[in-house]
Formats: sequence, structure tokens, C-alpha cells
Amino acid sequence: MIELLVNGQARKFDGDGEMPLLWYLREELRLTGSKYGCGAGLCGSCTVHVDGEAVRSCVTPVKAVAGKKVTTIEGLSPNGTHPLQVAWERLNVAQCGYCQAGQIMMAAALLAKTPKPTDAQIDGAMDANICRCGTYTRVRAAIKAAAAAGVKA
Amino acid sequence: MKINYGVSVPAPETAKAGTATVAGVGAIAALTREAYARLRAEGVSLEVVPMERRGFLGAVFSAGALVLGAGVLADEAQAAVSWQPSVYLGFEPDGKVVITAHRSEMGTGSKTSLPLVVADELDVDWKSVRVEQALGDQKYGSQNTDGSCSVRDFVQAMHVAGATARLLFERAAAEKWGVPASEVALKLGRVSHAKSGKSAGLGELVAAAAKLPMPDKGELRFKKAEEYRYIGKTLPVVDQHGIVTGKAQFGADVVRPGMLYAVIERPPVYDSKVKSVDDGEALKVRGVAKTVTLPGFKQPHLFQQVGGVAVLANSTWAAMQGRRKLKVEWDVNPAHAGFESEAYKRELFESVHKPGKVLRNRGDFDAAYAKAAKKIEADYYMPMLAHAPMEPPVAVAEWRDGKVETWSPTQNPQAVQEAVAAAMGVKPADVTAHVTLLGGGFGRKSKPDYVVEAALLAKATGKPVQVVWTREDDLRFDYYHSVAAMHMKGGLSDTGKVESWLFRSAFPPILSTFAPGAELGAEFETGMGLNEILFDVPHIRAENCPAKHHVRQGWMRAVCHLFHAFGIHSFVDELARASGTNYVDYFLKIIGPDRQVDLTKDGTKAWNNGQPVETFPLDTGRLRRVLEMCAEKSGYAKFQNTKSRAIGIAAHRSFLSYIATAVEIAIDAQGNLTIPNVWTVADVGQVVMPDRVKSQFEGAAVFGVSLAMMGEITARDGRVVQGNFNNYPVARLKQSPRRIDVTIVDSKAPHAGVGEPGAPVIAPALTSAIFAATGKRIRELPIRRTKPV
Repeated sequence: MIELLVNGQARKFDGDGEMPLLWYLREELRLTGSKYGCGAGLCGSCTVHVDGEAVRSCVTPVKAVAGKKVTTIEGLSPNGTHPLQVAWERLNVAQCGYCQAGQIMMAAALLAKTPKPTDAQIDGAMDANICRCGTYTRVRAAIKAAAAAGVKA
Repeated sequence: MKINYGVSVPAPETAKAGTATVAGVGAIAALTREAYARLRAEGVSLEVVPMERRGFLGAVFSAGALVLGAGVLADEAQAAVSWQPSVYLGFEPDGKVVITAHRSEMGTGSKTSLPLVVADELDVDWKSVRVEQALGDQKYGSQNTDGSCSVRDFVQAMHVAGATARLLFERAAAEKWGVPASEVALKLGRVSHAKSGKSAGLGELVAAAAKLPMPDKGELRFKKAEEYRYIGKTLPVVDQHGIVTGKAQFGADVVRPGMLYAVIERPPVYDSKVKSVDDGEALKVRGVAKTVTLPGFKQPHLFQQVGGVAVLANSTWAAMQGRRKLKVEWDVNPAHAGFESEAYKRELFESVHKPGKVLRNRGDFDAAYAKAAKKIEADYYMPMLAHAPMEPPVAVAEWRDGKVETWSPTQNPQAVQEAVAAAMGVKPADVTAHVTLLGGGFGRKSKPDYVVEAALLAKATGKPVQVVWTREDDLRFDYYHSVAAMHMKGGLSDTGKVESWLFRSAFPPILSTFAPGAELGAEFETGMGLNEILFDVPHIRAENCPAKHHVRQGWMRAVCHLFHAFGIHSFVDELARASGTNYVDYFLKIIGPDRQVDLTKDGTKAWNNGQPVETFPLDTGRLRRVLEMCAEKSGYAKFQNTKSRAIGIAAHRSFLSYIATAVEIAIDAQGNLTIPNVWTVADVGQVVMPDRVKSQFEGAAVFGVSLAMMGEITARDGRVVQGNFNNYPVARLKQSPRRIDVTIVDSKAPHAGVGEPGAPVIAPALTSAIFAATGKRIRELPIRRTKPV
């Protein structure tokens, strides 16, 4: 039996501990905001926070997060009012939207540690997440806007 | 019932399978419909036992709602009105306005922009509007969301829908209050009569408005541009909040009770079959319920699934584990087992080094070229590409009582109906096709083979099934963008003027997916760049040379313009340099004075995206203007090209739009190339949502960088080599342009294409910049194959 906290709620899982966290979140908990994009930790669509760190849930076995705190896009803020979410909406960042939860979770982990990131720090973090629609210039702008608005760590 | 959905949608022309006579935007639809009719007659099905009985989901509107649309009018009423809306515009008694988005949303913003036009013309508060995604249904007209035509083809219908409803409500209020309708006005969702001070919300008038006869089109009043509330403004797209909170629903987010998850081991070589399956170990995996061998397909391929062995389980993970334990032997098709990309490339070049089918002939190329003061030749190559949308194909299906219900991220729900119906032996009307948001499409999701798989498996298991494609499946079983080889010759006068131009192109045509064995492009393929160049050159010949296909070919964002624009504009740049000048000055000379080009004089006609040249002329003035503006914005003329910093530019007409893009590159001491700036100037005619137009050109620049810098799918032993983003990389943030400046030309011209035309100009502008920096001409993509320094 694996016990963990997901978006503040205690959860128990007695299935295959090797199953990637992504499928547990999506298919057991019906938290479908985290997306499958590559299954190999290459694209970042599945990014969630584990104890505050951005991780690729598609290559993280459920057993590896036993006893840990998992946050998904659904748990990032109570009403979608995290400064990144606000900035994302204001700048109309998303096109198709599929990778955007992963982008926001990646950026949220960055801002939590580095509230005023430099361009190089933003590039360094966000280069790990692919957007096939090509929203990168707006992703960068939204992170800067959110950083300027201030993010509580 | 005849549906007329605006002036700009041509009737699909019919085409004979096996010949390259397809024309018009409706060509694929016509080919598909005919081919599926034949398939239905022949029958393709599986042994199945239906299990569940449940009612279909459906009604978007409550009882008592007034719904304007072809479906609710009696036939007499239909006959009385000259227009029938291709949109369902509904009014709930509580005053809520419901607008149905009948096109698919994959990031272009059309799910917002088209309803926005209705709301603006009607004059209601956008906040009171609920946008509902339509099911697949022929009554909407074409729902095939590709070809950059959602706004172009339907914006007029949206205006008419809004103006019709506004007049109905004004008349309903006038009747109720006993005042002349001309004194009543609907503004921001309220109808009022200034003289008496009376006013009413739409909810109060729904019942009365529903009883009125439909107005004649001649009675409608349309807003003037200065009266628009929303058109031309920046508004968030309807799903933006759902997207940033993780609540927006994409294909894989659909869950049905008792649903099984399926992954499929498909034949690795095209058109091959399952010889034997040993599923013993697979069935031992915890969670795996069963395996199903899917039937093969019959040519023509169309949107049929490719066959293989499906593993079904209670989770995607279990299904994936089970698939790994499958032992499948294949009956490999020898016609395709030898497909190897390097050898195929040589075949393509052999093909373009011989005369092909002449598509356009002006003057006498051979005679003029023989006498040229300077002769220049060049070969260009663009490899096969995969669409790779972030969301791989995925679909959910249920089978009950001979009917099928599907949920999928599809660009074409009517093709879902046709393809599923043909595979299941039912009527298209018995297939309900729900459309979720698409996690990217780029043309891949116009081909609903993955929905067919889900439907077949739902029937085979009697349970709802979600078919999941892994990224490896996506890259290995795509409808690939064609590999292309091009051969160019330019004959120059002693002053450097081009007097003769030969353009040969060979690519396995998309037509082969519809007409097996086709080796030449359909008109919609060759029309994209090959024979529509707008040059003022006395001797031009354009030829299409044959190429055999070994995979399923399909259209990808900007289609044949991607390689043709690369060849054309690279060659123009080469001729310009050879003449001691630059692309801009040379190109402006080559296109000649402002005029509308008439291709009929050259023994061909403009395909022109299936649109009449009277409405969308081939206008060199618009092309000149975007190039001049882009040169100005980017500082092209004064740019000091060095080894570490340089600029390239290209201008191209595609999807009826005129685009120029300049790309600035930086190369560091280690030879790493980055792109500090891109400037795009786009004349796309009138626009509805400028911000979404800009975002499409921003995205197209990144898409163009991906394919130019790194995109390449190759085959060995008939099998696609690449399987994930490690060996099929797409542009990441640092590799993408750091700044993308998009200027939309103010235009009164009809709405033209937006989603695609930004992509073709990127590769030639980029390789031109690399030449300016390094003196190295890159004629084969992707650029990463060549070390710039």
C-alpha cells in the first residue's frame, strides 16, 4: 500500500507501484490536467510538483512518491488565481493548450525558488518543456509578468 | 435539404480514383465520400457481441429554446429564405445565448472567433454567450478544419446568423409593443424602444421571436465596421481559463463507465498483415483483459486503420505492459519492406533530373536557357516529416445496438462518421462524433484512423474503449508530410535578369492515400507553390516528376508550400547573390509591376485554394508590399551581415495570404546557431481577432524553425526509425526565435488564410541568413545535417 498526499488530500494506492505517477493521477484520481506527451521525460506535458520540485510524472513510478506531497495543476491554486495562471490568461498564452499545464507547473516550481528569475534562468528551466504550437515567447513573457506581480513562495 | 453556407465554399469536384484530376478544397472530401461508399457496399466488419444499452447523449439546448438553424425550419420556410445558417444559434428562455462552434479548436482560436462574429453582429454581451462544440453533422457544411479556411469560409455566414436573429428579436418586440420595427433596436442583449422607454431582454422575447417568419436576406442590416464591439479587439479565447486550470477537456480526458484502455501493436511496414499472435504472456499482465486482432485495410487507404494487435486493459499502463509481452509475426509487404530513405532520396533526384509532367509553360524555356549569358542550377531537398502534435492520436468509442458514439480530438468529425461507418458496416448517421479540444492537429487529426480503431475495439469487446497512441506510435504511423526533391534552373541575361526559369518537383503525393499508385500530385498539391509563382519572367516551365509512396501520405500545416517555398526562395536568393544583389531587390524585380497574374496564359489555371481568382486574385502588389514592409521593419537593407550575425528574408503567397518574414541569426564561436529575431508582415485580408492572428504567425515561425533546423523522419527496411522527441526533435524554447514581431497589414480584402501561411517562409529565410553569415548554401534540410561553421 502506497500512501501519498495529492493536492492536500491523503491518498492510498495498492496497485502496481511501478506504474508512472501520471497514469495514477489521470486514471485513478481523474486529475486529467497533467498530460501524456512522450512517456519518456522529454517533453514536460506531465510536469507536477513532488515536495515542491518539478518532476516528470510520466517517468516517476508511484512508489517513488510514497509519503510525499504531490501537487498537480488542479491544486496549484484554489480558483486558478496563481499569478502565473492570471498572467497566462491575460497574455492569451495558450494556443491548443495541451502542454500548458506542464509549462505552468514548470514555471511555478521555478518562481517558488527564484521569485525574480533572470532571462537565463527562465530559459534554463523552460527549455525542458516542448510546445508544438510555439507559444514560447508568450510563455517567457507571462513568467516575467507573474514574477513582477509577485509570487508567494 | 440544400445547404448553402456562404459564397466562398465551392462545390466539391468529383475525381476519378487513380488519376491526378482532383481539384478544389472539397476534393479530399469528395474522394473520401466516394471511396467510402464503395467500401460500405463491400463491407468490412468484425465478429462482435454488443453488451450495453444506453441512451445517447445529445441535446445542447433546453426545451423552450429558440434555435436558429437548418434543422428547425420546415421545408416551406427553408424555401422562403435565401440563406440557412451553418451555425446553430440558440436562445435560452433565461436569456443565455448559445452559439455552436462547428469547426474544431486546435489552437487557432476559431472556436472563439466565429462565435464572436455572431455575438457582435447580433449585438449581445459576449459574457452572456455560451459556446458549445458541435457534433459531426453534414448540416453544418464542411467541418473539416484544415486548409486555413474556418474564418474565410464561414465569417459571412456568422454575420448573417447574427443579423437575422437581431432582426427577429426587434420584430418580436415591435409586435409586442405595437410599434414600428424600425423604431426598435437591439443593443448589448436588450431590445428597446426609445420613444416609449420600453425594453426587454432576449429571454422575454424568445417565444414570440420563434413564431416569426425568417426574414429575407435582403431585409438584413449589417453593422458597419465602426459599430463592432468585439471584432478587431483582443479577447481571451473561450477555453483559456479551463486550459490554465487543467480542466479543459482533450481527447484522453474522456472517461466512460467500464471503459477499457487499449494500445495497439501495428504492422511496422506499410500495408502488411498479422501472420500470427502469441498473447499468452500479455494476458498474464495484471489488469490486461484481452487482446483483439484488428483487420487490415483495403486500398485505397483513406482513413482506415492499419490493423495490428490491440491489448485492452483496465489502465493505459497495464495495456502498455501487455503490449510489450505480445509476440507478433508479420506478413511483411515486399513492395514496401525495402523503403530506405537514402536510396529513396537518390530515386527522387533521378526523377527530377528527367523531364516530368509539364504543368505550366510560358514561352520557351529550353531555347531561352540555351542562350542565357549565365546558367545556374540547384537541387533542393526536404525530408519526410511527422506532425507530432503534443497530444498523440487518442479516441474513445462505444457501440450499442448497431450505433456508435465516439469522442475524439478530430479536425474532421464528418470524416469520423464516414470512416467509422464504413469500418462497422453502419450508416454515417448512426455514428455520433463528439469533438473534444485538440492537443494540436496540424493536419494529423483530419485523418480519423485512430477513431476507427476505438470503434472496432468497442464493438469487439462490448465495452467503451479508449485507444491510446504512444509517442512512438504517433511518429511511426503518421500520415507523413511528403519527402520532396526539387531541381531548378535559372538562365540570366548579362545584366543578371532572370529570363528563363525551370522548376521540377517530385514528392510521393497525398493523392496516393486516396488513389493507390498515384505518383503525381493532385492539383491541390502542385497548386501549392509549384505552378503558382507570380514571376514576371518570359520563359517559365513547371514540371511535376513521379514518386512512389511507401507510407501513408497526408497534409501537414502548409503542405507542399513547405518544400516548394524552400526551393523557390532559396533559388531566388542564389540568383540574387550570383547577380551581386540581394533577395529583396532581386525578388521585387522578378515579380515585376503590380498586377494580377493570369496563369491561363501559361496553359494552366490557378488552383488558388479552390477559390475564384476574381475574389482572390494572384496580386503581385500585395506581395511586393509585405516584402517592402518586412525589409523596412527588420532593417534588411542596412543590416551588416557578419560571421556571427546575419539576416535572411523571404516572401510567399499561400492560402490566399501574402507573407514576408525576415529571420536574424546569431552564430557563436562554437558554431551554435540561435535566432534573436523574426519579423513577419502578413497581409491576410480582414481579420476577426488580431491577437489570434498574431499568435498563429508566432507559432508558425516556431513550426518553421522545427522543420528547417531539425525535422526529419527516415525509414530503414520499410520501418520508420524515429520514435520520440530524442530522435525527432522539435524546437524548444532556446532554439526558437527569441522575439517574434508580427505586423498585420491593414486590409479590406476578403479574409484569407492564417493558420498555415506563416510556416513556408521560415526555412528559406533561415538558410539565406546562414549563407549571409557563412557563405555556405544549405540545399538539404534539416539544417542540423550541415555544420554551419
